[in-house]
Amino acid sequence: MEAADDILEADDEALELPSDPMRLNMGPSHPAMHGTVRMVLDLEGETVLNVDIQPGFLHRGFEKSCERGTWAQVFPYTDRLNYASPMLNNIGFSHAVEKLAGIVVPERGQYFRVVLGELARVSDHLTCCAATAMELGAMTPFLWLMKVREWIYDILEIETGARVTHSFGRIGGFAHEPTENLGPAILDLVPQVHKVLAECERLLLHNRIFMDRMQGTGVIPRAHAVAMGCTGPVLRSTGVDYDVRKDNPYFVYDRFDFEVPVGEDGDNWDRFMVRLEETKQSCRILEQAVSKMPKSGPVSVDDPRVMLPAKSEVYSTIEGTIAHFKLVMEGFKPPKGEVYGYTEATNGELGYHIVSDGTGTPYRVRVRPPCWYNLQSARVALVGGMIADIIPTFGSINMIGGECDR
Amino acid sequence: MSKAAVARLSAILGSRVLGTSEGSHKDDEIRVAPADLRAAAEALRDDAELACDHFLDLTAVDYPEREPELPRFDVVFRVRSTTKRHRVSVRAAVEDGAEVPSLVGVWAGANWAEREAFDMFGVRFADHPDLRRILMYEEFVGHPLRKDYPIDRAQPLVPYREEAGITKLAPFGIEEGQPFARVRWDDRLAGGDNQVDPSLAKQQGQRRVLSDSEIAVGQKLNLDVKVAAAAKAAAETALRAATEAAAKAAAEAAAPTPKAGE
Repeated sequence: MEAADDILEADDEALELPSDPMRLNMGPSHPAMHGTVRMVLDLEGETVLNVDIQPGFLHRGFEKSCERGTWAQVFPYTDRLNYASPMLNNIGFSHAVEKLAGIVVPERGQYFRVVLGELARVSDHLTCCAATAMELGAMTPFLWLMKVREWIYDILEIETGARVTHSFGRIGGFAHEPTENLGPAILDLVPQVHKVLAECERLLLHNRIFMDRMQGTGVIPRAHAVAMGCTGPVLRSTGVDYDVRKDNPYFVYDRFDFEVPVGEDGDNWDRFMVRLEETKQSCRILEQAVSKMPKSGPVSVDDPRVMLPAKSEVYSTIEGTIAHFKLVMEGFKPPKGEVYGYTEATNGELGYHIVSDGTGTPYRVRVRPPCWYNLQSARVALVGGMIADIIPTFGSINMIGGECDR
Repeated sequence: MSKAAVARLSAILGSRVLGTSEGSHKDDEIRVAPADLRAAAEALRDDAELACDHFLDLTAVDYPEREPELPRFDVVFRVRSTTKRHRVSVRAAVEDGAEVPSLVGVWAGANWAEREAFDMFGVRFADHPDLRRILMYEEFVGHPLRKDYPIDRAQPLVPYREEAGITKLAPFGIEEGQPFARVRWDDRLAGGDNQVDPSLAKQQGQRRVLSDSEIAVGQKLNLDVKVAAAAKAAAETALRAATEAAAKAAAEAAAPTPKAGE
């Protein structure tokens, strides 16, 4: 008995385990990391004292590669930026080059861009929400939402010929006209999306585990998000209603009736809810766009210096052959100048800062990846939290390696 | 909208403005000398009419052929205002090797953008808290987005580190956060600059990971955790003492009865 008393009365300091902060590597390829990114954590128990986020593992030299081909050869690279919504990257690049060259795409082409872009946005948001839920253990919503993504990929495959890396955008329009089935397919899809969303909401939004893991964790304060350059759902979840589609409308976005959902606290829950709500708003835009889209007319500009001629002309006329040869060998030549074209991609403002020296090769293509700034701001959300909160926070930030590291 | 913002900024900066050019798509631009970038940034953020709180992007463009008439690099940054909803971009021409004032103190978001501009072009930012490479690795030679960097250049292999008795040791240093290395935390919390044992750090060259303000945050958190633990321990001790006292009192109260029975 006396020996036990001695231990109880011993100095607390002597009994305490050594509590130096522990340094822990998370990544570069931890299963909960979307893409390859490394976090060097300093931990006090399970509390994160500090974190150094290190991107760059997927750097493939996108910007350097653009400087050696023609303008049209950039499109396949843009597919591989945000590979969850490649169509929006295609459209963003077309938009920037057209702004530089002063090209106006025909109305039907603009509607077609809106339709394909919003489809990509819905699939990207659903993928993000699905992955976030799955990482917290909810496997069923993941499978249900992936099912919807496959439906969307089916439509995109019929329209463009590829499920993911479409390379469908062109300067001045699109590679092909929409099929006749596009409108009915989308009108058929939208109610299905709403149905699956309602099912997933019933599973998740009143689930105690999901709520506890998401609410109040990974908070990014509003002033910090703004100064850090956050855009997209990460910024809107803090209550700032900045959406390029509303603030600086491009294409025909000013003709649609849709809302910009905003959150309040900037925590994981708000980011998740903003994404869910944006999916529904995109569905609204899709329905309106399909009904307003002109039934006939060109989708691309009628200019042989910009667009490739039809294959039938290439094989049968000398003008077509020469136009094709010039465009493939020399490429489209935008005027000399510098422009910053920006569109609303799924993660925020996707900017292309392009410089042309008047030749067929881009002088500089700089991408402003929305993920880059969103990921930068994640540090504040993680420091002071628990190590387990890293997983939902990183999921709802939605860092996409291809876009972030280029 | 942005034209008014550019006019306002020109009025504030006065003769320091080297020129304005109207960009397309409502995105107006103002040119200043590199030394005035910070002043322009502070005016953009602090002036009530400009109120540009939203940092958007910072990048550089390399024009080696315009030397020596004009400096080689253009550094451009873009901001917008969440309240006034205008956008302004500011541009400065920078000599190769010259230092540009860092904007991290004005908008925290400039941190990674400046690191990237340094990594890709070799533009150095004075007073940047943590100017490391970000997309390339630490041992990369050169700056890949410069026009004189050939796209097909091969980089030298990073050699293994040398240590007696070990044949192969990863090329990256201990201070990169390998789990087998322990930080000298006491030293760091006391304000020391040593991330690791100085003798080990010497092998690879010291590299900062934490800034002072970051240390302060960690220190405070560390303190909070310790204070909470101490409070909890004190409460447990008090509870244990009270329980023991109560048990003792109960035993004393129970003890006389059998005595009385004897």
